[in-house]
Amino acid sequence: MVAILLLIWFVAAYLHPPFAKVLNDTRILTGFPLGYWLASQGSLIVFVVLIFFYAWYMNNVLDKKYGMEEEESRTEDAEP
Amino acid sequence: MSVATVTKAEVAEFSKRLRKWYSLFTLGFIAFVLVMLFLETSFNVPRVAIGYAFLLLTLGMYAVIGILNFTRKLDEYYVAGRKVPPFFNGMATGADWMSAASFISMAGTIWLLGYDGLAYVMGWTGGYVLLALLFAPYIRKFGQFTIPDFVATRFAERAKAARITSAVCAIIVSFTYVTAQVTGVGIIMSRLIGVEYHFGVFIGLSGVLLCSLLGGMKSITWTQVAQYIILIIAYLVPVTFLSQKFTGFPISELMYGQALSQVTDIERQLQLSNYVEPFKQAMSNASAITSATQLGLTPPALITNTAWVGAPWEFLALTFCLMAGTAGLPHILIRYYTVPNPKAARVSVGWSLFFIFLLYFTAPAYAAFSRLEVLRNIVGQRISELPAWVQNWTQTGLLTIRDAPPFGNGDGILQFREFSIVADIVVLATPEIAGLPYTIAALVAAGGLAAALSTADGLLLVIATAVSHDLYAKIINPKASYGARFLASRVMIVVAAAAAAFAALPRLALIVQLVAWAFSLAAATFFPVVLLGIFWRRANGNGAIAGMIGGLLTTIAYMFLNYTNPNITILGLSHLSAGIFGMIVNFTLQIVVSLMTAPSPKYIQDMVDQLRIPVGEMVIPATTSAAQTTAPTPAGGDD
Repeated sequence: MVAILLLIWFVAAYLHPPFAKVLNDTRILTGFPLGYWLASQGSLIVFVVLIFFYAWYMNNVLDKKYGMEEEESRTEDAEP
Repeated sequence: MSVATVTKAEVAEFSKRLRKWYSLFTLGFIAFVLVMLFLETSFNVPRVAIGYAFLLLTLGMYAVIGILNFTRKLDEYYVAGRKVPPFFNGMATGADWMSAASFISMAGTIWLLGYDGLAYVMGWTGGYVLLALLFAPYIRKFGQFTIPDFVATRFAERAKAARITSAVCAIIVSFTYVTAQVTGVGIIMSRLIGVEYHFGVFIGLSGVLLCSLLGGMKSITWTQVAQYIILIIAYLVPVTFLSQKFTGFPISELMYGQALSQVTDIERQLQLSNYVEPFKQAMSNASAITSATQLGLTPPALITNTAWVGAPWEFLALTFCLMAGTAGLPHILIRYYTVPNPKAARVSVGWSLFFIFLLYFTAPAYAAFSRLEVLRNIVGQRISELPAWVQNWTQTGLLTIRDAPPFGNGDGILQFREFSIVADIVVLATPEIAGLPYTIAALVAAGGLAAALSTADGLLLVIATAVSHDLYAKIINPKASYGARFLASRVMIVVAAAAAAFAALPRLALIVQLVAWAFSLAAATFFPVVLLGIFWRRANGNGAIAGMIGGLLTTIAYMFLNYTNPNITILGLSHLSAGIFGMIVNFTLQIVVSLMTAPSPKYIQDMVDQLRIPVGEMVIPATTSAAQTTAPTPAGGDD
């Protein structure tokens, strides 16, 4: 799971800048050149979603699978 | 020393109280801004008075929070009692993280560099993914006080040497970073109340000392939450008005696309270089020349290296250095010691990034709108008829217009190349560009001050802890009483603050540059050691020590060489991304030396296995140096 998320992170961070010049020919939303938008907003959104998804996944899916949720009874439950 | 187990109900109650207080705080602050606006517009209160009102009110509030959280408990002093809810830890991390570089320099850097400046935006957010996935929960599970604690426990067979090496690295990294903050404080103070830069540095530092001296991590955490609230309000308000002015719609993050289009159109007409085009920076040693001149040394000759323009390597390497540095910065890592458990640590990273994202998402909008203003309303105008804000900033020397030959053509009309601006003022000048009252300008300055102070607080505590806890209490005098440790820590904060002020006086480099160096250093020292320490059982003490030293030296060497002579380069990488080489050396040395020497003892390898289980508490074997007499075991580990 961590490997998949790291792959997404890598794609979002490193695969588009080398092509930014070509991507910039496309305009999106209110006139953003695509390459610029990906670096200034697109990748940031991916990062935030990625971390919250990971926290949710680890805290709810994986811990229950391994029967470790009893932890919540004595320490704070992480609110998503 | 016993540690009360934090129950879920207690934390919930605590969160509720916090929410109430900070909501009141936010409303109170907004009310204060409105009152000041009213006073300014109706009674013509002088500007200096408004500046002082903001200064005294914000510093006063930080001091009150600091005093209320005075503590004599060791775990409150170092890790805020480990009961900070994830949401608030996220806010505190946001403030801790977003420094003068993010607040005042980043938008300006994007203004100057265009696409290339986005390396900072991506690097400083993407690093949190590494932090969340690879570090934060494990670090919290380890449940120590400092990063050298982690290194010394994980590499216990070489505990002393590992601790000293990592403490020294922590001090170097944090010191580079704190110097940048102090520079920022000086610039903002001179803006806010019109004092001289040098004097501003010292006023600002006394504010830092007030909070961090009294209550350590506990008071710093709660001050930082307040500082986050102030800085984010201060950052979002002016650009919203700017967006309204240019596009008729107040959501700047969405609307600056329009500004970008117009900017590129105008640039094409004027045949300027394209703002959104990537990788167009040439390397030069211009800032080395400025620094040398300020220090009174003989400056080197100007060298410009354009061989690598158009290649993406510098952009990618800088982004990666900033990311790895994020995950390796000691003052950020220790924030994840302050939450109740590993689960909370994961969620907390999410909130941290969310709060940071709010600002970073907006920074390019500042840059785009200011660029548009300059291209549309300033370039091509008669120099005698420039808008008032240009004239105000020209007086500070941070903005220059050189129409007269040999720089310009002396035709009385401003060409783009006759106009130059210091990156640090783009955000500070925005309220004037948008034609807002001075109160808003003071608000922005107060926000910048909050950003610089909050980061300086966290960094000074790291330096002080590295000396008082890691070097003094663990190595020099293990029998030191709590009183002696607190005293040592507080003395160190003052010493480090004074040293940072001294180092900041000559204004060596642009704030963003200094910060990028700190990140390169962190990326080259801590990132590989913590990463392999968590995920590779075979990594041993010898490897870690060799790696840290090798990484540190390589990075500093490359930085120095490229900074003074940009023709010395590999793949066109600049001194800013020197950390990438240090990182490679660090990983290589660590792996090679670890494999050449004996593996860590069995109990350490078991400890690493246990660390990887995502929940539960660590049981640290009594034979390691980490089962200290002083450090309380993490809350709830004794069932």
